[in-house]
Amino acid sequence: MQQRTKAIYYITQNNIMTLEKVIGILGAEVVATTADMGTEISSVCSSDLMSDLLHFSTTPKSLLVTGLINKQVVRTAEIADIKAIAFVLGKRPDEETIEMARQKGIVLIVTRFSRYTACGKLYAEGLRSCTGEDR
Amino acid sequence: MTQKKNIEGSFHLTGGDFTNAGGASSELKSLLTNLGIAPEIVRRAAIATFEGEMNVIIHAVAGVMHYLVTPEHIKVTLNDMGPGIPDIEQAMQEGYSTAPDWVREMGWGAGMGLPNMKKNADEFRIDSIVGEGTTVEILIKVKEDESL
Repeated sequence: MQQRTKAIYYITQNNIMTLEKVIGILGAEVVATTADMGTEISSVCSSDLMSDLLHFSTTPKSLLVTGLINKQVVRTAEIADIKAIAFVLGKRPDEETIEMARQKGIVLIVTRFSRYTACGKLYAEGLRSCTGEDR
Repeated sequence: MTQKKNIEGSFHLTGGDFTNAGGASSELKSLLTNLGIAPEIVRRAAIATFEGEMNVIIHAVAGVMHYLVTPEHIKVTLNDMGPGIPDIEQAMQEGYSTAPDWVREMGWGAGMGLPNMKKNADEFRIDSIVGEGTTVEILIKVKEDESL
């Protein structure tokens, strides 16, 4: 009699997703767009401390989730090659900050979720930390 | 990298000018990118100089950021007219900060500035005189990838 081996299925997480999908997951409003909204996001970082971001943001093509809405956040994103910023709790940056992001090619989105929930939703969909600590 | 000759210049930094803070590092990052330097090296240089620039904006009255780009390395020197650092070893510790609360509210003063500069530099030198100011030198090699 033929012996059957047990089949094992592995579900692999897709750790890269388009910005459009991120926007969908966060139910976010786009406040600053750039030419390519199909930009791929490969990791997420989250902090309200800029130097922590500069320390830990080790992979380009990151999304930043933050509660800070000043120009410094956009400048930090530019320096660290962060492609998009999600502002939490529905907080919206001023026009000057939005214009700076447009000039630097950084997408700004606003989500009503808290930092914890926003990050949790993205993690559940397969996006991992920019620090690489969870891979 | 296609650059053959040395390129140098400097930016004047004004303490407390948070509106333009990071502008010098941003310009330097564009310059290095346009020179064809590898993105990862440009990124390290940008982070190190940005942290240095922010330290001047946060702590000093004024300062100068000087850069020298040669085919071998990027050298950035930051000179400031600030309060100086009484204990450099303590200042180099991750998490140690003397930034006031209003600066922390803007997202700075995490105590990671100097450690981040050191982390991204191949050579890092800091010298300070209390009551006069601080000098930081950052050197990042650009040649290594080319020679492989």
